[in-house]
Parts: sequence; C-alpha cells; structure tokens
Amino acid sequence: MALIKNRELTEDSWQKVGDDTPVPAEGGAIVSLERWTAERMALAGRNAPIGVLLDVDTPPGNLAEDIDRLDLIAVPFVHFKDGRGYSTARLLRERHGFTGELRAIGNVLRDQLAFLERCGFDSFEYEGRTAALDALKAFDEIGVVFQTAADRRQSAAAVRNHPSRAFVNGTSG
Amino acid sequence: MYIYDEIDQTLVDQRVNQFRDQVRRRISGELSEDEFKPLRLMNGVYLQLHAYMLRVAIPYGTLSAEQLRKLAWIARKYDRGYGHFTTRQNFQYNWPKLEDLPDLLAELASVQMHALQTSGNCIRNVTADQYAGVAADEVVDPRIYAELIRQWSTLHPEFSFLPRKFKIAVTGATADRAAVKVHDIGLVAKRDANGELGFEVTVGGGLGRTPMVGPTIRDFLPEKHLLSYLEAVLRVYNQIGRRDNMYKARIKILVHETGVETFTEMVEREWTEIRDTAVELPAGERTRVAGFFNPPVYDKAKDAAGTLRKHVGEDKAFAHWVDTNVAAHKAEGYAIANISLKPIGGVPGDATAEQMDAVAALAERFSFSEIRITHEQNLVLPHVRQDELYAVWQTLKSYDLHTPNLGLVSDMIACPGMDYCALANARSIPLAQEISERFDDLDRQYDIGELKLKISGCINACGHHHVGHIGILGVDRKGEEYYQITLGGSGAEDASLGEIVGPAFPYDKVVDAVETLVDAYLDIRADGERFLDTYRRVGADPFKEALYGTD
Repeated sequence: MALIKNRELTEDSWQKVGDDTPVPAEGGAIVSLERWTAERMALAGRNAPIGVLLDVDTPPGNLAEDIDRLDLIAVPFVHFKDGRGYSTARLLRERHGFTGELRAIGNVLRDQLAFLERCGFDSFEYEGRTAALDALKAFDEIGVVFQTAADRRQSAAAVRNHPSRAFVNGTSG
Repeated sequence: MYIYDEIDQTLVDQRVNQFRDQVRRRISGELSEDEFKPLRLMNGVYLQLHAYMLRVAIPYGTLSAEQLRKLAWIARKYDRGYGHFTTRQNFQYNWPKLEDLPDLLAELASVQMHALQTSGNCIRNVTADQYAGVAADEVVDPRIYAELIRQWSTLHPEFSFLPRKFKIAVTGATADRAAVKVHDIGLVAKRDANGELGFEVTVGGGLGRTPMVGPTIRDFLPEKHLLSYLEAVLRVYNQIGRRDNMYKARIKILVHETGVETFTEMVEREWTEIRDTAVELPAGERTRVAGFFNPPVYDKAKDAAGTLRKHVGEDKAFAHWVDTNVAAHKAEGYAIANISLKPIGGVPGDATAEQMDAVAALAERFSFSEIRITHEQNLVLPHVRQDELYAVWQTLKSYDLHTPNLGLVSDMIACPGMDYCALANARSIPLAQEISERFDDLDRQYDIGELKLKISGCINACGHHHVGHIGILGVDRKGEEYYQITLGGSGAEDASLGEIVGPAFPYDKVVDAVETLVDAYLDIRADGERFLDTYRRVGADPFKEALYGTD
C-alpha cells in the first residue's frame, strides 16, 4: 500500500499492531479500539505516537474523551458503497475537535479522495505507487464547493455573501 | 429562473472534464466496467438492455426555451431524434454512445444543465410543484428552496455514498402536485401563527417494493433552518440506515423499523448539535436565490378573458382542450397551459426533437421563455395570456401535442418497461398504448373524468402504480407477463396506497379488465364523484365482482 498524506505521496511511519502482538516502544502504532480501551493508560504513557482503528459502526462519540491523547485515527473503507466513514470523519473533526492525522484505510478509490478530504481525512492508503501518483490529480478536479464541511472551505453561498472573499480561478478562500 | 454564476458554471464545466477523463480511462481499458460503474452512475449514465442511457437533470422541472432547444439538438446529434420525460421531472436519452457522452455533457453545460445526481446512492435531483410561482394556492415559490437544496446537495462530501438513493420533493401549495409524501423527504411550505415561513417535514415516504406514505416528523421547521435539518436527517440515515440488503436500504425502512418517534428524536438530537452553525445558509443567499424567481412582468391584457370566451364559443375542439388542459393562473388575464405528452396510442412522456423545438418556440413567444416538466410526464407553458391560448393550441395541433386528456384515463404514467429497462419483468409501453387506444373516444374519457392510471413493469414501481387510482404492476410468472391491478391509490395531498384487487391478468386480458373497472365505476358513481371517490365510498367489492364474478 502506498500512502498519500496532505496530497503528497509519502512513506508510512506508522505500524498497525495486532491485538496479540506487543506494541513496539518506538514509532507510531495503530491499535484496535478494544486494545486502546483496555490498555489506555499504558499506551498513552508510551513515549511515541499512538493511533486507533475506529470501525464505521462505532459511534465516533465513543472516542470523545480520548481525542486529545490520540495522534491518529484510522477509519476503514471496505467497499466504496459504504459511506458511513464520511460521517465518522466529520463528527471526529467538527464535533469532537480531533486535530491529529485522520487516515482512510483499506479500499480507497481515486474518485472518493476529494469527498474524503472534505470530510476531514488528511491521509489515505492507496493501492499501488504509480496509481497513487496519478490519483493525486483527483483532489483538484472540482475547484468549487457548495457546503461547509470539515475542511472549512468556504461554500459557494458563503463566498457569494462575503464580498471580501473574491472568487478566483475556481478556488475559493 | 435561476441563472448560474461563475461558481455554478465552474462546477459543471469541471465536472465535464472529470467525466471526460473517467470515460477515457474506461475506453483505454484502465478501468473495467465494474470499476467504471460507480463513476458513470454518479453522472446519470445507466447501462440498459440495448445501450447506455443518459438521464439529464431538470432541477425542479423548470426549463428555459434555450435549454429545451438544446435537448432537441442533442437528441438529433447524439440520439435518435427523440427523448423521454420522466416521473422525476428529468429527461432521458436512450441511445447515446459512451464515447459521445463527454461532448454531450459539455453541450448541456453550455446551457447551464448537467446530469449530476440523477442516479447512484446520493441525494437525487430535487423535484417541485410544476405550477410553482403561478398557482393561486401557493404560500411561497418552492423553487427557491429546491434550488438551495440542489446546490447544498451537489457533490455533497458526506452524503454521496448513502445506503440507497435519496429523493426530496418540495411544494409551496396546498394541493400536492409533486407527490411529496411518497418521497424520502417531503417538504410542504406553510406559515405559522406569527406568519413565519417554514415547512412541514415528512420522512420515509416511497414507492418500490415497500410503498409507504411518509410520516410527518416535524410539523413546522422555520425556513432558515432548512439545511441544518436536512443535514441532520441525512446524517442519521447515513450512519444507521441498513446496508445489508439493498431492498431494505431506503430511509423508509429505517423510519419504519426504528419507529417514527425514536427516529424523530434521533434527528432532533442531531439537529440541536448543528443548528445555527455554519451548516445553515448564510443570510443573504436565500434572498439572492429568491430574486431569480420573481414573477415576470405580466401584461395588463385588455379583456383577455373575453377574447378567450369568444374562441371557446367558436371552436369546440379548442373548448375541450381548455376544459381539460388549462389551469387557473394567479395573475389576471393569464392561464397555465398543459401540453399532454400522451397522444392516443403514443409512448407516455416521449417527445421528438421537432416537438421540443416547437414547444421552445411557443414558450419564447407566449410564456416568458419558460417551460415546466410535470411528474406525470407532461409539459407546461406556465404563463400564457388567455387571449393567446388559441394561437398556442393551433400550433400544438400541428405537432400532435394538443391531446385534451390531462388527468383523464389516457394521461397515464408508464415506466419504460421491458422495451428498454434491464430490471423490468413485463412490458409497460405497449400496454399503455393499447389502453389509450381502447379509450380513444375523448368524449367517453371526458365523461369518465379524472382517473389516474399508472403502470410499472416491475416491483421497483417507477410507473408509480401504488398511487394510481388504478395501478398496474407487471410481474413475471414462469416466463410469462402477468399484471396485478391495484385500486384506490393517490399521490396527491390525500395520499394513499392502492390495494390489490385480486388475481393477476395475462397481458391480453388487462385492457378488458381496465375497461370493466371503468364501466363498474360508471354504473355506481354518485354525482360529481371521481373514480377514486367512488372507490373510497364503496370499497373494492363491486369492482372485484365486476372483474371476477360472484362465486
């Protein structure tokens, strides 16, 4: 899997750690929600970044108390048709104030990237390095937006009604 | 009419380029048909029995003359010289080639049109009362809100991969001409005791294999909260709507299984979190959009009504058409002219390029360049001076667009059925044609009065049979087409679902059965009763007896 982060292809510095594997002392580790819940104190006290895998059928509010202790939350996308993760992301960002890395993992497709980013994801697993490089173009294909979302871009309505924010070349604010 | 600004135009232009690239990747083999499917579906492109089909959005059924001309032009250049108006106020091309689609979409974008969200599990093209802005019984022009919803729902980042498709309809009038209660969300504009404008919100209506009339979850939603409330409903649905079974994935099932009360609480709880945040429309945007829907400057026609009376007195056929197809307009001296796309023996909702050009020309000359599409698959010239109706009718006549059958038995809704559709179990179009021919005597139709007959070629109910006064549903029985008949449905403000009257009929017995039902009604109706009224008064028994005898 390649990794896109902040619209660039990058090396992944995180490790997914299975429930039966010891969490390494160094480097970013992503653990299951169950493990996090059971070993919270130990994991948070570890002197390295920590991330949690949050399934789309778990209400994001369950992590509300822990938001500030987490450096990364990974949300799996199993099938493009299952759009629950988009709501998960917006709630984490907009309601619970998560500011760490929000990563879409699994079967992430090129034509989802722009939607995912608007909902608050800033990193994406992507199948194949060459394909991932090409997929970077997808972020800029549509330059205007009609809603407010987690990316805080100004919606068309907001741009129109704030004359100081001029509309330039298909990008807004 | 709403006119795109630079932002709206940028979106449709960039969308064309995006789709052009997707088609290129498909044709080069970079994408398989499976991988291409979700992409084309986001853009109204279906794969039908014989070819790709493109569904073009006509937001809330309002078209300019220029746009209708473009639809005709495209039909000639990229299709077979005709197209089809749908029950959701959209337009379909049945025979476009995949490699032509990007150019076709670019042509649409050049007249501020697109095919966004006419398919796929997203918020679909929003529909509205076709008499918006001209109906006398209107609280507000629903197109203002339909346009705001169109923009808000366009490429919505959170709600583009819903459990299933999602349809919203808006009306501003007391009479429901938009079938709002059989939509995922129905919005009926009203004023509260203080004169404030808002909406009654129904959620979970729908047809298909589990038809339901949508329950009201909020009696009055102040209009300024419209978008936050919609967002709350959609978010609840997106999170917990069923995804395990596509037949149980619509929001109506969620509302039903959760219970209206609990569902409502969930929505209200979500709503309290997001109301009055940036999700709401900025002040000023509503006013900006409303400005596009100001009424045109009507002429003060001198005695337009008198001239119309004179024409009516002189020409019986015209008088007939005025009686059935012309509706009252809120401005003095004006009328709403309905153009039937249901000629006797024709394909319901089809129009040729020549007919579309003719209607566009009429709209330019007589109706402030505006045309409306109805969910019953007809066209409307919304503002015609009463003294010019006769001229309009004469032109319509030369294009076979003058059938005086609005609301009558031959004004049927029929889905494309097995002639085009990969899902269908049975034919709809030939059946509609045969029924229409059986009742070709317009005097007889006129005597029968309002009768909404609706035909679906399969359980997905695209022909709205559940809400037909008489509904016909095609089913497959060991490879043979059979048709189930339902009675007593209505898609109007008195919405109800039809009930199955008895065993299904084979194809060649359906027309007789319809005629038998109509004759039974004529025998027992009281003065002034429509078919539906009689059915509601006497119940199914007399109709069963007429169809199946008394054993």
